[in-house]
Parts: sequence; structure tokens; C-alpha cells
Amino acid sequence: MKTCLVVDDSRVIRKVSRRILEDHGFEVAEAGDGVEAMAWCSAMMPDAILLDWRMPGMDGLEFLRRLRAEPAGRTPKVVFCSVECEVARIREVLDAGADEYIMKPFDGAIMAGKLAAVGLLAEAPT
Amino acid sequence: MIAALDRSFLAALCLARAGLKVDADKSYLMESRVAPVARREGFASAEALIEALRERADERLGWAVVEAMALPETEFFRDAEVFDHLAESVLPALIRARGGQTVRVWSAACGAGQEIYSLAMRIADTPGLTGRIDLFASDLSERSLEKAQAGLYSQFEVQRGLPARSLVRHFEREGEAFVLSPRVRQAVRWGRVNLLDDVSRLGPFDLILCRNVLPSLAPEARDRVARSLLRALAPGGRVVLGRREPMGPGLIAAAPCVFAAAA
Repeated sequence: MKTCLVVDDSRVIRKVSRRILEDHGFEVAEAGDGVEAMAWCSAMMPDAILLDWRMPGMDGLEFLRRLRAEPAGRTPKVVFCSVECEVARIREVLDAGADEYIMKPFDGAIMAGKLAAVGLLAEAPT
Repeated sequence: MIAALDRSFLAALCLARAGLKVDADKSYLMESRVAPVARREGFASAEALIEALRERADERLGWAVVEAMALPETEFFRDAEVFDHLAESVLPALIRARGGQTVRVWSAACGAGQEIYSLAMRIADTPGLTGRIDLFASDLSERSLEKAQAGLYSQFEVQRGLPARSLVRHFEREGEAFVLSPRVRQAVRWGRVNLLDDVSRLGPFDLILCRNVLPSLAPEARDRVARSLLRALAPGGRVVLGRREPMGPGLIAAAPCVFAAAA
């Protein structure tokens, strides 16, 4: 079973994301910020990380940079998931090593499409 | 709710004008497509619009309804592997075969433009293809064509099928929406085409994309359109159909979704 770590400071968003991911057969873990997410990843690297940007403590971009510097930190597919929708800012996180980007608000179809795009689903449902 | 008789009337109108196969039992679909047209045209309800259509043969109003019923659900890079195959294999082969002449591509029933723009973006990103391919896109719906030409898509639309890297490479934010770069937009020419009409004057094309269109047509219209697409196809050209679409008569499979004219 594929694993996904959902990193978001909003419990509501984590819950919504968890439900969609579980529908696609993922085993889901949750973290409320970058520090907590780093702790998870040191214990066990997930296959995918769904990552919010603005969070108290360590934000998504800082977490991503630290993750990608870790020995096994290039393995997980990282999908950003943020309200930020300026093109230049999205480019910034892609250049920092994010694999895909979801702009909030999103729905199940968008998330499934993005998971398929990074190779974590056999195919996007049509 | 649109009454059964009115639904049959609308289905007959769609069949006569565009060869569209519309299920008269799908009241929800009709309601959701016709109601916005009714509002736009100043009618109190979908029923009032249909009544007006019955009373006087209003060409423009009739087309507005047919176009609304023909709206395809569409996304960028639908069946992404088809675009990979076109960019890596089909288009380079056509360019070689044409020996320096421009390769002509037609997206028949382009909707809001996601298909032809997906191809245009791939071409812009592939050095060997840029500047050697002419892109033409047509649709039955004026409104779809206007939207396509503007290249303006909502935040929801740019998240359907479009990789984030393509978004940041080819789009700019404009208000709440995203607009495609002029470079990609200007690579496409547009025209309103009813596929039931004579399309041979548009051709010949080296590549025709007609994906997920034929299954929405009534059998007679389907055969007619399939035959006229073949007449618009240049010798050695290729036709692209949707995934899981049955192969039309006169076609032989060349690759998944890609067909050549039978000799």
C-alpha cells in the first residue's frame, strides 16, 4: 500500500485530503507543520507528501528544501497544496523540487489528476 | 423540469442541426445546459425558451440551444500519452514526410481549446517541431470558439490535466483566471465548422484530431462525419480518435488512438 503524509495546519483540510487519498488506496499520516513532518520522514519516508505552504513553525517551502537535502529525501513525490496562486511563486516551489502543485480550493478530480501526473495512480479517472 | 414532449423536441433539433445524439430521457442534463441559455436570452425558464422555439423558427436561438447541448467536457492533455506519442513520433514523421512543407493539423470540435493548446504547448516545448506545424481548430459553438481564442481559463480549468510546469511556463495570472501566453495562442487559427457540412474545402490536413466526438453523434451523422474527415485527410496523414473509441470505417490502427486511412 502506498503511503502519503498530509502536511497542513488546518485539521479540516487534512481530513478532506485524507478522505480523497484513502479512496485511492493510500495509507495516510498527518502532520500539522514542517517540524512534525520532518519527524515523520526521519522515521519513515512516505511515497508521497501533500504539502501546505503557509504554516506556523516550519513552512512548506523550508520543509521541502530540508527534505530534498536529506539522503533519502528525493524519493517522495511532493505535491504542494496551497492558496498561493501567483505563477512566479508556484515556479519557486517547483524549482525547489516540488513535483506538482494544487491550488486551493481543489476537489477530488483535481487531486486524482495530480497524483496520476506524478505517477502515483495508474491513471486519472475519466 | 422540462416536459417529455419538449425534451423530444430538443433532441430532434440537435439531431437535425448537428447530428447530435441527445438522450431525451436525460432531463437533468438538458435542464443544466438549456437553463443558462434561457437566462442569457432573457427567458423566465428553459420551458419558456422552448416554447418560443416551437412558435417561431428562430435560427440563432435554435443554434444557441444546440451549441449548449454539444458542449464537451474537456481538459488539458486528456489521455496524456497520446500527446507524448504525437510529439515524439507522429509529428516528426510527418515533418520528414512533408520534406520542408508545413504540416497541417486540425482539431475538429475543439471545444474551449484545451486540446489544440495542449498540442501547441508541446510543440513550443519541442525544438524540432517549432515553426513547422500549422494549427487549425474548429468548433460548432461560437461561444466555445470565443473562449478558446481568448485563452482565458479558470483556476479550476488549469488544474484539469495541465502539469504545474506547463502552467508556469505558458500562463500568466489575470485577475482570478489564467491566460495563455500570446506566443502559444497565436500559433492557432480558428473557424466555426459544422462537421455535417462539406469540410473538404478546409483540407487537406496531415493530422486530424477528432477525439470523443463521433460517439456523441447519431449513427448516420457519425458515418457521414467519419467519411468527410477522411476526404479532408492528406495522403499519408493520420487521424486521432479518443481512447476506447471504436475505429471508424476506412481506418487502420497505426498506434493507440492513432489511425491511418486504409488503402
